Amino acid sequence: MLEIHNLSKRYAHGDEPVDAVVDVSLSVTPGEFVGVQGPSGCGKSTLLLAAGGLLAGDSGHVLLDGQDPYELDPDARAALRARRVGFVFQQFHLVPYLSVLDNVLSPSLALKTDGAAGRAKMLIEHFGLTHRLHHKPGELSTGERQRTALARALLNEPGIILADEPTGNLDADSARAVLEYLTEFTRDGGAVLLVTHDDRASGYAQRTVRMRAGRIVEE
Amino acid sequence: MTFLPKPMTVWRLIAKEILHRKLNFALGVFSVMAASGVVVAQFTLLRAHDLSTERILHVKQKEAELRLAKMEDDYRKYMKELGFNLLILPKEQDLTEFWQSGFASETMPESVVTALANSEKIVVRHLLPIVQQRIEWPEQKRRIILMGTRGEVPLVYRKPLEPMLLAVPPGKCVVGYELARDLAIKPGQNIMLRGNSIEVQYIRPERGTAEDATIWVGLAAGQKLLGLEGRINAIEALKCHCEGVPAEQTREEVMRILAGQVKVVLRENKVTLRAKARDRAKVEHVQAMVAERASRDRLKQARESLAGVIVPAVLVAAAVWIGLLTLSNVRERATEIGILRAIGVRGRKIVGVFFIRAMVIGLLGAALGYAVGLTIGITVQRSSSLRVESAGELFDPLLMVIVLVAAPLLAMLASWAPAMLAGRQDPAVILARE
Repeated sequence: MLEIHNLSKRYAHGDEPVDAVVDVSLSVTPGEFVGVQGPSGCGKSTLLLAAGGLLAGDSGHVLLDGQDPYELDPDARAALRARRVGFVFQQFHLVPYLSVLDNVLSPSLALKTDGAAGRAKMLIEHFGLTHRLHHKPGELSTGERQRTALARALLNEPGIILADEPTGNLDADSARAVLEYLTEFTRDGGAVLLVTHDDRASGYAQRTVRMRAGRIVEE
Repeated sequence: MTFLPKPMTVWRLIAKEILHRKLNFALGVFSVMAASGVVVAQFTLLRAHDLSTERILHVKQKEAELRLAKMEDDYRKYMKELGFNLLILPKEQDLTEFWQSGFASETMPESVVTALANSEKIVVRHLLPIVQQRIEWPEQKRRIILMGTRGEVPLVYRKPLEPMLLAVPPGKCVVGYELARDLAIKPGQNIMLRGNSIEVQYIRPERGTAEDATIWVGLAAGQKLLGLEGRINAIEALKCHCEGVPAEQTREEVMRILAGQVKVVLRENKVTLRAKARDRAKVEHVQAMVAERASRDRLKQARESLAGVIVPAVLVAAAVWIGLLTLSNVRERATEIGILRAIGVRGRKIVGVFFIRAMVIGLLGAALGYAVGLTIGITVQRSSSLRVESAGELFDPLLMVIVLVAAPLLAMLASWAPAMLAGRQDPAVILARE
């Protein structure tokens, strides 16, 4: 599903360059829940963005379903993301003026599928958001927002979910619910790469790798 | 949940965003409305100016036509009173003697008038051959003017006009006012003239001229009384001014036709003076119309110059304003753009979102601006000297179409740079920043 080979990424930060990711190799197979744990600034988020086809590394390769997204033109790369990757963020990143329903449906802007409307309906019901259907993100609890973001990530039936601290802003119950949904996703054959510094979250992962200063130090 | 939701579309996204950021959208619409309104108001006033100009000139034209028609009518009335402006005399006639005596002493064949009447080139409209002499009226022992005339000679190549002077029937005469008064002559009475008894057909009204001491008889009778059978002294001719040919040219034309047989003199009389006055009035009218139009054109140019400054300034200001509003909108929506890009929405679609939004702003602003501009234009022209028949005349469908097309294009053009910026934003940078 996802293969990362010897990926390195360096940021120019003033006069001193910062090695965000150094020679990282990692793979996530269908049905696998992999956690990446490490302190803030260790390169977890950079790894996640690179894995999702949003940030090209300086060296190394990323393969999504056997295809290197950075070898594709921007439109094809966007199409690959729309088809195969679902993102979940700590800040939810819901579109503030769209209702729960419209936020869940927003990936259909990128990928037109016949069953999008029906699947949105099913996901909203599944995540217990039916009563919030026409509510804006500002009117939701943090748990509801994250469930909305999760439903949005699942609309196009991606092969992998890349989750960046999805429970970072949630209370314990909401965090548990989100992690259980992610686990459920892997049971259905999906892959999850979860970036977190939360031990509780990484506890749901079948496999956890630890990063420090851009390197994988424990696998 | 029993309903089936509709898929998300760009239009729906735009509509929801507009409803969410009403102020930004309203400011954009307002700026387009203001710019369109100013443009439409300016063009409406220019249109009002044009309509007003045409109306003023039309009214003046009508007034002038009425005045000229009246003058034309007067002119025709004078024509009927025998105002001839060409006098054709025998070539032997001493003109000094003629001007001194008022009569031609020489004669020429009567056939000359026939030759003139048969010419297809002639532009004179009336020909009156006469034989005339100052004679002693032996029966009354006083000097009179005897004039023999056969009335007008019909022109072969011209549309027949009503004769200006009817022939005096054989055996009859017409007597001038002074003679009739002094000698107590009445119509129907017979008078003796050089041994011939002639019935008085009628008495001419007083003219205060030599005609008051004149007796008119038929041409043949006059020739016989004067012993000038087949001869005439003169042909009076009238060149019609409506032909547009100067009398001098007509004079030369007559002389050419009659090839040196005659002398032709021009006479100023009431008819020619009237005709000249009419011509002068016509020229003055044309000059006045030209001056009026020039004045209106100058005023229009001044208005156009003003519009030429205001319209571009307003359009540039509106474009800059819309550009800034779009840029603000792009910045405000950075995270939204980042997440949309992350979930696979292409950069071109993001650009399209901002272009369509700008187009909607332009279209709505243009529609409101047209209505506002037209209202302003109508109100201003009502309170100024520009008066049109009805406000409906100021509605210009072409201008409306132009505004409805141009304003969205302008708004899209103004949003070009911010929209491209939005489409090129790096989602990784945005999301990493968040």
